[in-house]
Amino acid sequence: MVKVTESPEKPKFKSETMQEVQRITAQYPEGKQKSAILRVLHLAQAEFGGWLSVNTMNYVAEILNLRPIEVYEVASFYSMYNLKPVGKYMLEFCHTATCATMGVESLIDYTCKKLGIKTGETTADGLFTIKEVECLGACGYAPMLQLGKSYREHLTPEKIDALIDELKAKG
Amino acid sequence: MSRKLLLKNAHIEGIETYEVYRKNGGYASTEKALKMTPEKIVEEVQKSGLRGRGGAGFPTGMKWSFLAKPDGIPRYLVVNADESEPGTFKDRFLMEKIPHLLIEGMINSCFALGANVGHIFIRGEYMWIVDILEKAIAEAKSNGWLGKNILKSGYDCEIYVTPGAGAYICGEETALLEALEGKRGNPRNKPPFPAVKGLYQCPTVVNNVETIAAVVPIIELGGEEYAKIGIGKSTGTKLISASGNINKPGIYEIELGMKMEEFIYSDEWLGGIPKGKRMKACIPGGSSMPILPNYLVTKTANGEDRLFSYEGLNDGGFESGTMLGSGGFMLYDEDQCIVRNTWNFSRFYHHESCGQCSPCREGTGWLEKVLHKIENGHGTMSDIDLLWDIQKSIDGNTICPLGEAAAWPVAAALRHFRDEFEWHVKNPQLCMSQNFGMHTYADARPIKVAQA
Repeated sequence: MVKVTESPEKPKFKSETMQEVQRITAQYPEGKQKSAILRVLHLAQAEFGGWLSVNTMNYVAEILNLRPIEVYEVASFYSMYNLKPVGKYMLEFCHTATCATMGVESLIDYTCKKLGIKTGETTADGLFTIKEVECLGACGYAPMLQLGKSYREHLTPEKIDALIDELKAKG
Repeated sequence: MSRKLLLKNAHIEGIETYEVYRKNGGYASTEKALKMTPEKIVEEVQKSGLRGRGGAGFPTGMKWSFLAKPDGIPRYLVVNADESEPGTFKDRFLMEKIPHLLIEGMINSCFALGANVGHIFIRGEYMWIVDILEKAIAEAKSNGWLGKNILKSGYDCEIYVTPGAGAYICGEETALLEALEGKRGNPRNKPPFPAVKGLYQCPTVVNNVETIAAVVPIIELGGEEYAKIGIGKSTGTKLISASGNINKPGIYEIELGMKMEEFIYSDEWLGGIPKGKRMKACIPGGSSMPILPNYLVTKTANGEDRLFSYEGLNDGGFESGTMLGSGGFMLYDEDQCIVRNTWNFSRFYHHESCGQCSPCREGTGWLEKVLHKIENGHGTMSDIDLLWDIQKSIDGNTICPLGEAAAWPVAAALRHFRDEFEWHVKNPQLCMSQNFGMHTYADARPIKVAQA
């Protein structure tokens, strides 16, 4: 059972994001605008706080001219969409195959202790969420994590320290 | 030195830009292709013997020849860039380093198939590569390689990129088409195959990134010349993603048919295993493919050199061989635990099962739970047989091959490493603190008869 979480405000894309939505939908034939849904949900998640509330999904349904259920069923299928609030920085550790061979488990433990949370949790200041995810296609550069649009590879405890310091400084 | 076809220019600085790519012979194959007839290009691809590089190894030319061509209905080329097989990261390298090679291959292939639109479906985690590809597409378009009337040939072509959002199942071609249509990635029943009813119910060819990139050298060299590279029915070159306990992880382009021994131990390739450790096991084709114990990696069961090719790896079938798959090469040294590794894979397949077919939805969960139990010292001997039964109940009983992908690694681990599973059951305390090691796998030895 996937539970969706409510958020109070009604979202609205910035005008440049709206242009991007139009560029994306124009790539598909007339009447097939549903093809744009995965990408538009990525845009929505990035713009509205890193997760998809019911209001956000309803808004995406509205601009793509879909029924809300069509958006919910897609959003709940794919693992990159967060259906509840997450921290500003999501540290997504790959825990599959070679990342495990190369010792990601101890790095995850290290990071959890450092931030005082368990995997799946968010720090009290709302800055960090730690998540374990399946293979990210970086096996030759293991262990690694994904942070937003970038990969951090060949991780060591020192690199984790530096990364967390860097993100804390950014706030 | 092995011949390079796809990565021959990968080391050149700036090769990701149009100018440098073009200066180094880029888009020459498109100039040639647009002067050929589409039928002739399909013929060259058939002659080349190219086989799908995503995992299944199906002959590409044959797949193309199945494409239905009803009047008045558009056809599509869809490139599968949803690279998610654990151990595989080659398409990422290719798209990041040489995006124009994929675009060049796509234009040639679209022309050959009579498609005016090509879609790249790329896994959502590779979001920065979406930017790289879209930049390359814009460069190609502004230089006249895409758009209307390309090179005054009268042929029009557009290429678009669609990111996924985290689902291994979308690497299965019909699940990919569902995702590209904006739905949940549930694989479709076949027939009809995508060649007849694919994207938007139109005839569609779905090919892997590396397969489409290989169309560039095939047109440059001609199908017959390409077929001379490699060995037997394993023609051409293959990108190998190498990871695990090896000295030089990374992406390698091999000429199919090279010796596994050379690939693993020579300094030109992986450079052997770090810290003087011994190889315990190897999976040369990605996590879905059967794992091999060390004595079957460099030699076949008959004692011949094991060759890195479709047939070479398959030598011995499931009893003593494996498959080339996606070329996701993973090597395990003597410190690695096979039970833990198998559990790790089963957890992956359980997470990634779409849930449509009950043998896969339920079976992958059971595999994960039973393996977790054994790994953590709570297993019984009957659990080992239970694992065998579960994987057998999944294999062949599902709509798509994810079922097999989940079953095969477990079957192979039990086949070759049963004593390690038994050791876990017999030593519940010890297995939490210590590794089984490889005391029985140190040397080549006769193969055991597989468990019935």
